[in-house]
Amino acid sequence: MSPSGAEFIRQVKAGITETDPQIVHELIGDGVAIVDVREADEWAQGHLPGAKHVPRGYLESRIEGVVPDRSQRVVLYCASGNRSALAARTLGDDLGYEHVESMTGGITLWKDRGYEVELPKTLSAEQRERYSRHILIPEVGESGQQKLLDARVLLLGAGGLGSPTALYLAAAGVGTLGIVDNDVVDLSNLQRQVIHTTARIGVPKVESAEETIHALNPDVTVVPYQTRLDASNIMEIIAGWDIIVDGVDNFPTRYLLNDASVRLQIPVVSASILGFDGQLSIFKPYDGPCYRCLFPEPPPAELAPSCGANGVLGVLPGTMGLLQATEVIKLIVGAGEPAIGRLLLYDALAATLSEVRVRRDPQCPICSRDPASITDEEMGVFPDYEAFCAAAG
Amino acid sequence: MPTIKIPPVLRASVGGERELEAPGENVRDVLRALVEAHPATASQLFGGDGELNRYVNVYLNDEDVRVLDGLDTSVAPSDTLVILPAMAGG
Repeated sequence: MSPSGAEFIRQVKAGITETDPQIVHELIGDGVAIVDVREADEWAQGHLPGAKHVPRGYLESRIEGVVPDRSQRVVLYCASGNRSALAARTLGDDLGYEHVESMTGGITLWKDRGYEVELPKTLSAEQRERYSRHILIPEVGESGQQKLLDARVLLLGAGGLGSPTALYLAAAGVGTLGIVDNDVVDLSNLQRQVIHTTARIGVPKVESAEETIHALNPDVTVVPYQTRLDASNIMEIIAGWDIIVDGVDNFPTRYLLNDASVRLQIPVVSASILGFDGQLSIFKPYDGPCYRCLFPEPPPAELAPSCGANGVLGVLPGTMGLLQATEVIKLIVGAGEPAIGRLLLYDALAATLSEVRVRRDPQCPICSRDPASITDEEMGVFPDYEAFCAAAG
Repeated sequence: MPTIKIPPVLRASVGGERELEAPGENVRDVLRALVEAHPATASQLFGGDGELNRYVNVYLNDEDVRVLDGLDTSVAPSDTLVILPAMAGG
């Protein structure tokens, strides 16, 4: 006579290793693969910290993607310890996993013991559709998309560089975008600042940008700062952001930003443009050089023309702003080689992209020091600062 | 002869050229040759002490000459010097 279901499970449990939740709790973060074999709706209500999810129905086809090494120690669990026992037998007997255990009592006993449960963040059906082309790329995938949605990126300037960067980061689903800009939209901006519109001339740029971003992607929260970044407000504004995108249009603010971002150890994706030329680099404090390592001093005002004075090809900030957005996304999802320690040089007329190396300066007045030792008074200061600012007007 | 890439802010001083050749066996000689041919570049490249201005970066191919031997860095005829000032446009 065939055994009853309950009898069968008892027999299976007798042939596998069962492990108490207390021991599993000690194993977390210890290189042991913890696999939840429940259904998706059960997983969505909470799981063991750091666990991977492989529903029992997909066990044979998906386990190798999660635990490729058959000699790795694997702990399976379900709601009460039955399904994971059956799954453990399959992994051990049929698939050749050498060290498989099933957690006694499942997540129910785990919770009864008072251990922590992690609530998974899941994409809504609409988000799956919106970001489907990201989810298809292995370098982004669902987890990368979740990182983008959780990311906080601060854009300095909603002008030439900030406009395309903000548009594409919003489209990509970067969940929180801060925008710092004190200007209002001017007719002469619209040749390149594509986040604004003719109807919004005279409207504060942060307001105009927020309107466009919300129309593009309601997932994005915009934090507007309608102010000019200066020594009195910079520490307060930039604290707490994951990444800063520098598209400011003047040297004093670039040095100020550098010093404050080194102090707070926030990476800056920096670009600048003039005429037909663009430069881009990432300054990641203490991992790579800072802006002062690259440019110890700004040029005198007469050799530092602005786009307002000398003009800029309208598409150039588009190109450079999107290179910035690309680097931001790479930093967030952890893909590829970020432009740290390299300065990318784009020459639109020659149609060339070249690069030079940027090294940390062991004598750097800012990043060679302990960040806590950098004072408010020295931030953003460089030799002849006052003369520079007077000449620059 | 080594090639020198001229940044936008210096092009007016060299008759609009984007790239020039100048003779020399080290960075100093090549840049001095540039200055002789185009005197308007002198004050933009060199300070009163004869050293490179701090705000001008010069790269031998892709390496900053400050981490090599500065103005004494040897230059081969096939090398390219990149003169690179900071830009702040946004």
